[in-house]
Amino acid sequence: MTLASEAPASSGQRRQKLFTAINRSAAWLSALGLGWLVPLLKIAAGDDPREQMGELRDSLFFPLMGIAVFVIAWASLAPQVQTSLGAIPGPAQVWEQTAALWQDHLAEREKEAEFYARQDQRNAELVAENRADDVKWRAYTGKPTYLDQILTSLKTVGLGFLIATIVAVPLGIASGLSRPFNGALNPLVQLFKPVSPLAWLPIVTMVVSALYVDASEALPKALVISAVTVTLCSLWPTLINTALGVASIDKDLVNVGKVLQLSTATTITKLVLPSALPLIFTGLRLSLGVGWMVLIAAEMLAQNPGLGKFVWDEFQNGSSTSLARIIVAVLTIGIIGFLLDRVMFTLQTAFTFSGKR
Amino acid sequence: MASTASWAAMLDLEKDELKFGFIKLTDMAPLAVAYELGYFEDEGLYVTLEPQANWKVLLDGVITGSLDGAHMLAGQPLAATIGYGTKAHIVTPFSMDLNGNGITVSNAVWELMKPHLEMDAEGKPVHPISAAALKPVIEAFEAEGKPFNLGMVFPVSTHNYELRYWLAAGGINPGYYSPEDVSGQIAADAYLSVTPPPQMPATLEAGTIDGYAVGEPWNQAAVFKKIGVPVITDYDIWKNNPEKVFGLTAEFVEANPNTTIAITKALIRAAKWLDENDNANRAEAVEILSRSEYVGADANVIAASMTGTFEFEAGDVRDVPDFNVFYRYYATYPYYSDAVWYLTQMRRWGQIAEDQPDSWYDEVARSVYRPDLYLEAARQLVDEGLIEEADVPWDSSGYREPTAEFIDGVTYDGTKPNAYIDSLPVGLKTGERVEGSEVVANQ
Repeated sequence: MTLASEAPASSGQRRQKLFTAINRSAAWLSALGLGWLVPLLKIAAGDDPREQMGELRDSLFFPLMGIAVFVIAWASLAPQVQTSLGAIPGPAQVWEQTAALWQDHLAEREKEAEFYARQDQRNAELVAENRADDVKWRAYTGKPTYLDQILTSLKTVGLGFLIATIVAVPLGIASGLSRPFNGALNPLVQLFKPVSPLAWLPIVTMVVSALYVDASEALPKALVISAVTVTLCSLWPTLINTALGVASIDKDLVNVGKVLQLSTATTITKLVLPSALPLIFTGLRLSLGVGWMVLIAAEMLAQNPGLGKFVWDEFQNGSSTSLARIIVAVLTIGIIGFLLDRVMFTLQTAFTFSGKR
Repeated sequence: MASTASWAAMLDLEKDELKFGFIKLTDMAPLAVAYELGYFEDEGLYVTLEPQANWKVLLDGVITGSLDGAHMLAGQPLAATIGYGTKAHIVTPFSMDLNGNGITVSNAVWELMKPHLEMDAEGKPVHPISAAALKPVIEAFEAEGKPFNLGMVFPVSTHNYELRYWLAAGGINPGYYSPEDVSGQIAADAYLSVTPPPQMPATLEAGTIDGYAVGEPWNQAAVFKKIGVPVITDYDIWKNNPEKVFGLTAEFVEANPNTTIAITKALIRAAKWLDENDNANRAEAVEILSRSEYVGADANVIAASMTGTFEFEAGDVRDVPDFNVFYRYYATYPYYSDAVWYLTQMRRWGQIAEDQPDSWYDEVARSVYRPDLYLEAARQLVDEGLIEEADVPWDSSGYREPTAEFIDGVTYDGTKPNAYIDSLPVGLKTGERVEGSEVVANQ
């Protein structure tokens, strides 16, 4: 073998490998919402651009067109609606407020640093005066910034979703396995599924306040109230899909389990869960979507910290920048909702793959 | 910032991490100022300020202890202590301000009122405007079978009593409360209902109410948004009337005496700063209040009333130098007579259903208003050289001199509440109570 004869062959092989890799990652990329990268990567890897154009048009050009049309329509229509707070803000004003909120965040962090510097100085003085016993360390008392509110909301929805999953999956498995249990649970599911978070909130507030007396720093009462409200509204899709997934397990599998005289625990972990997982994940994904949607309403009504409170406070402020700030929040809520959905979809894809393997 | 000296003198605090509630109104300014200028920190207090959705939520927060204290309507501690609405012993060592409210009507109502107004040589309406000009409008509404709805912020709010006072002085019955019917609309000509302050403009715009009584900046906001016209300020209804107070539960004060004094000290300093050198700091105060975590309205809207003027009809800007008073005229001292006035109005409109002797008014006032705490805080501030000896009414009996500076000229003497109630034109008198939908004499 000479080097000259090997070179083209190996570069061809390498290209082949590259394409296989791209094709393999295509499913992942599209799960992450980055499907438009695939044709771009292929072009970069040396594929004929013309072949990839059709793909690129569908996955990148049309979506961008949609967004562009929306932004143009927004920019031209918004100024024509006069509210008592001035015209509805267009994309430029909203972008301005996004920057302002970021500046706010930086300024608040600076104030926080100054606060701690003052505290340090004070404590140093006390130590110098031989009053070390009087030294105190206190947490910063400033307002939560927009980023803090986003984090609080994510924490709340996470907690609510976690409780929902812990409640819904076992219930779903039980009602999937047992027809009598399913019969008993079904009317309750049908009854409570359509209830709005705004109706749950007063009950949840009273019950949580009564039961959760010694609130800890890390888990304030307000957060628990919002989270439980989210739970009550979002657990239904997981419950129903889990039940459905469990009920539709291959009967042969179940019979094999019976023949092998597997214990209930083993049956559930080795047989039921693996085959029901794809549907359970579909349920979880729907639940998370519902939970995120419900959260904002719960926070707005209960005045609990988070994005909902931000929106409500801005509505109450009624300043000339309030509408633009609320729109920033709306877009943030949308983008985070989309990202959460993508994360769940990716997880689901992962488990569906393993199911097929 | 804090000097070492004031640190050495610092009180031994029982609790130094505190959460205070407030409503988005310019009269919460002493709280924002005490926080931003470091007065709380000077006293060793780590205070978090949190806006509340409405007065009910705020009061419940203080009662349940999720808030340590709050910017409150003067009527709230009194009503809670006598058990009207909620039952809880709430006290106040600090009165937050004088004046600061207004009554606004929708543009449509203003147009209907205009023909009944007296005009001056320049063609501008003569102020103060009497509710008598509103009477024909309400009659026109009635003839069409439409209710005339007005908004106020809470059943025991200053605004409820001011609006009722103004309406009654103009010959309009704002309706009575009874133990069975707490809507406050018994036998009413105009129907008053509750709307939280920041929602007033939006509710007026939506047409749910035809006018409202609220604190600033929500009257000036109506002018800026071109949705309504303020017709009168509370300064013209009762010159230098006491308004908000800082409320704490009696249990908190008992468990944390030094902390209470420290809070009061910081608030007195903030009030002084707000009025210092002929309101020289007001522009800075406006900037602080316009931040989204406090009032959050546009700075020019807040400035409209905070800097000595008040805009009525668009373009009709008038000087009202005392529209917002935080420190002058002993504004921060909790006078018993202020408390008694609120109690007389509760009796007048039936929230207090039965007659009470004069001594009862005095007792309630003394259990809620705590000038003793105020004076202790003030004494320390004088000793630290932070306020003047002359800024504090050291020898006051707690009762202001009788005054007749009301829109209807009736004299108020806080030591004779029953005689005062009987001298008011509309309202329950001694020996009367509300039964069903009628005012009847006690047997």
